[in-house]
Amino acid sequence: MKRAITLVMTVLLISTLLVGCDSKSGESSENIKIGLNYELSGNVATYGQSSVKGIEFAIDEINKAGGVLGKQIELVKVDNKSDSAEAANVSTKLATRDKVVVILGPATSGDAKAASPAAMQNKIPLISSSATSDDFTVDSNGKVRDYIFRTCFNDSFQGITMANFAFSDLKAKKAAILIDNTSDYSKGIGKNFKETFEKLGGEILTEEAYQSKDTDYKAVLTNIKGTNPDVLYVPGYYEEVGLIIKQARELGINIPILGADGYDSPKLAEIADKKSLENVYYTNHYSSMDDASDVVKFRESFKKKNGSEPDAFSALGYDMGYFVADAIKRAGEADPEKIKDALADTKDFKGITGTFSMDENHNPVKSITILQLKDGQPSFVKKLEP
Amino acid sequence: MILEQIIQQVINGISLGSIYALIALGYTMVYGIINLINFAHGDIYMIGAYIGFALTTFFKLNFLSSLIISMLLCSILGVLIEKVAYKPVRNSTRIAALITAISVSLFLEYGMMYFVKPETRTFPELLPDKQIHIFNTNAVLDFKNLSIIVITISLMLILQYVIYKTKIGKAMRAVSLDSDAAQLMGINIDKTISSTFAIGSALAGAAGVLVGVYYNSINPLMGVLPGLKAFVAAVIGGIGVIPGAVFGGFFLGITETVISAAGGSLYKDAVAFAILIIVLLVRPNGLLGKNIKEKV
Amino acid sequence: MKFLNKKNIFNLILILSIYFIVEFLINRGIIDSYIILNIVVIGVNIILAVSLNLITGITGQFSLGHAAFMSIGAYASAIMTAKLGQPFIVGIIAAALSASLAGIIIGIPTLRLKGDYLAIATLGFGEIIKIIGLNNDYIGGATGLNDIPQYTNWTWIYFCVVITIIIINNFIKSYNGRACISIREDEIASETMGVNTTYYKILVFTMGAFFAGIAGALYANYFYFIRPDSFGFMKSIDILVIVVFGGIGSVLGSVVGAVMLSIISVFLQNIPELRMVVYSVILFLIMVYRPQGLIGKNNLRLFKKRGVLNGCAHSK
Repeated sequence: MKRAITLVMTVLLISTLLVGCDSKSGESSENIKIGLNYELSGNVATYGQSSVKGIEFAIDEINKAGGVLGKQIELVKVDNKSDSAEAANVSTKLATRDKVVVILGPATSGDAKAASPAAMQNKIPLISSSATSDDFTVDSNGKVRDYIFRTCFNDSFQGITMANFAFSDLKAKKAAILIDNTSDYSKGIGKNFKETFEKLGGEILTEEAYQSKDTDYKAVLTNIKGTNPDVLYVPGYYEEVGLIIKQARELGINIPILGADGYDSPKLAEIADKKSLENVYYTNHYSSMDDASDVVKFRESFKKKNGSEPDAFSALGYDMGYFVADAIKRAGEADPEKIKDALADTKDFKGITGTFSMDENHNPVKSITILQLKDGQPSFVKKLEP
Repeated sequence: MILEQIIQQVINGISLGSIYALIALGYTMVYGIINLINFAHGDIYMIGAYIGFALTTFFKLNFLSSLIISMLLCSILGVLIEKVAYKPVRNSTRIAALITAISVSLFLEYGMMYFVKPETRTFPELLPDKQIHIFNTNAVLDFKNLSIIVITISLMLILQYVIYKTKIGKAMRAVSLDSDAAQLMGINIDKTISSTFAIGSALAGAAGVLVGVYYNSINPLMGVLPGLKAFVAAVIGGIGVIPGAVFGGFFLGITETVISAAGGSLYKDAVAFAILIIVLLVRPNGLLGKNIKEKV
Repeated sequence: MKFLNKKNIFNLILILSIYFIVEFLINRGIIDSYIILNIVVIGVNIILAVSLNLITGITGQFSLGHAAFMSIGAYASAIMTAKLGQPFIVGIIAAALSASLAGIIIGIPTLRLKGDYLAIATLGFGEIIKIIGLNNDYIGGATGLNDIPQYTNWTWIYFCVVITIIIINNFIKSYNGRACISIREDEIASETMGVNTTYYKILVFTMGAFFAGIAGALYANYFYFIRPDSFGFMKSIDILVIVVFGGIGSVLGSVVGAVMLSIISVFLQNIPELRMVVYSVILFLIMVYRPQGLIGKNNLRLFKKRGVLNGCAHSK
């Protein structure tokens, strides 16, 4: 019996090797290969799918305009199933098998952190347009991770900005916080809001939490209502926030509700109805109602091609597509090392989500906008430079 | 102030509980009859919600008609699942049947996800947005809360009538007591089992539509957790016992709300399972169940 | 029976040669990091499947919370190696011991439960452990634990897998194993024959958990990063699919199942949305048409499709 087991194991091991060997050959000299490591199925598939739509849209435009350095960009898209082990797997495959020159994604901080070591080991730059966790680009000793970049601001910035706004502009002295305990995005921003608000002299009355995919918030909202705050800070994603705002208004909670870029989606107004979306403020990368010509052009052509309005993930993905193409151009050739240096040296890249430069921690220095929702429509309140 | 909060939380708990109760009824009926935990039951609830979504958004039907049509379609689905998936394994071991149920559940969830994409969908506004204030306090009873509770209770009363006053109900009771004896008395087992599935699935479908209307958002995986909790509810009340499912549902809903109100909202799911384990250990036949000894 | 007989020597040589051949190929660079990654995944799955098979396949205790043992092991090893800077062997031992403790804790209360109830109770335990993990900030909560040193390599994986298979296989072939099989077949009869069912049920839970913990440690120290969500109900189902696919009650089946399903997974990477649908269909087809799985139960054939156990349509 044991003999049979070991024999079978040998056979299977060998067959795995053969399967493994059956892969695509190295890059053809005609195309520049860029890897996409995204959540296309699983829990957070919406974020991955949105981001990829944005990236593909950008690369499509770039290729039609002649490509980069005279070559067309070829996207190698692989699904990491919203699972961190799989994200690591995909990174390794893209770097070693498909021989891409740069990896884009994953969309969420957890998967992005898991995907990073493989990129670092193989010396391929990895960029995420939506991983906001502080330790994504910087390790626990404060050292920046050489090949890892992001094109969105990190958690701290949004929390600090909104705390300032609440205290100074809305004259709030007492706040309640409601975070998504299963999202490091939400927890990070909430923490920064609390620290800044208290430093300014405000008081945090209570901190409650929910889990992603929850639908019933009446219990925690009733608790919050009982403490009588001036404002409520809910830095979550639109799927849950929409329900939270709706149920809050149903319970008679009419104070301003504040949030972060997770609110930016046309679906927010679908989930919470227009009447509830009154007296809501949030920080964002840009205003989807911005009437700057390039933003409008992007939205209209995106809508024409994909049939729906772009959300923040798509917009960020689109910018990242152009960002990486620009870096490759500046690098002069499709070489991962040179691309990494070009990415780190980025100055004043003009995208539709803002103009930014890369700082020494591989985070972008970007302006931030505060928007207000009136009757379901966002309107611009103010824009702050870093 | 505190009293008003308590009243509000009780209302919250009862609304939540009615949903669990509706789903739990389906679980308990199927288990009573063929001793199978229908893992796919939570997913029938999800499909009911999507049918409701399609009917109200694309066909612009009103609330009541979507509810009824969704219930109908769900019963057909339930009967189909029984015939295709459960009948072949009816005489296999427990493990085989359970794994088959899990496979059907996964198939429904991910099949649905493939067709409708994993994003959440939202229901259009179907019910008037009126609110009733209780006792002139700030505690709010929404019109939607009211409709859920009223519809749940009506469906349960209809179910009681069917089970105790109709012939098919009698057949169901007979088969769940002793299926061999029932067969010997001339009862058609297949037809009875199919009817059980039909009714159970209809109730799940109703729950799905109600949830869609109340919470406004649906997604392909929405049936997983409520399905498990409804099973917990059924066990608490006594699996196979119909009033038990109702009791268990409300008990679980109120308990969950109380836990959330006490600040433990992150542990509310864990508490549900902990209650399940405690009940299984202390009184496995449920709080309203009978004490049946196993004969060898 | 002498230990150093011809069969054992042959097996020993076979095991060592495979090890050295692959080690050689790795050193030469012929086997790259992508293949090593897949070997690690398959190895971890083999250990998980074989240990679950001991609990569910051999002893008939339907456990849907196996991933929880894996997660306890993973976190134990991660804490030991990342936070406390201990070497890998300490991590593995900590993982195995803490997981076994959990196995005892879960085994004792669930003794009285059978079949479906046991399944749901173990599922519940699994979810409770996951939720506790999500709310515990020392281990990072929902954000997970990052920067775990990568200690797992071909040597560790291979020998852990081999040791697991040898120990569990020997257990099954022994008197203890037969006692467990008798519990699966008919618990009441087995009790009447003097088999201490309580002892054996707790024993297999503990053993199964022990190895699952090791698998968790190997997993954590390869992928640098773990979080509670990776070890939920779905992971337990993944392991169960492997066990069922390979054959309930067959160790060889679990090994073959793990390898085959990993290969199938690679092919399904092109149609990610349909992966779970295909999985569920596979599961269904096996349960209906070949419930004994790919390898079957070697000698015993009680899984006939239309067979009736005890002559009663709804017993237990």
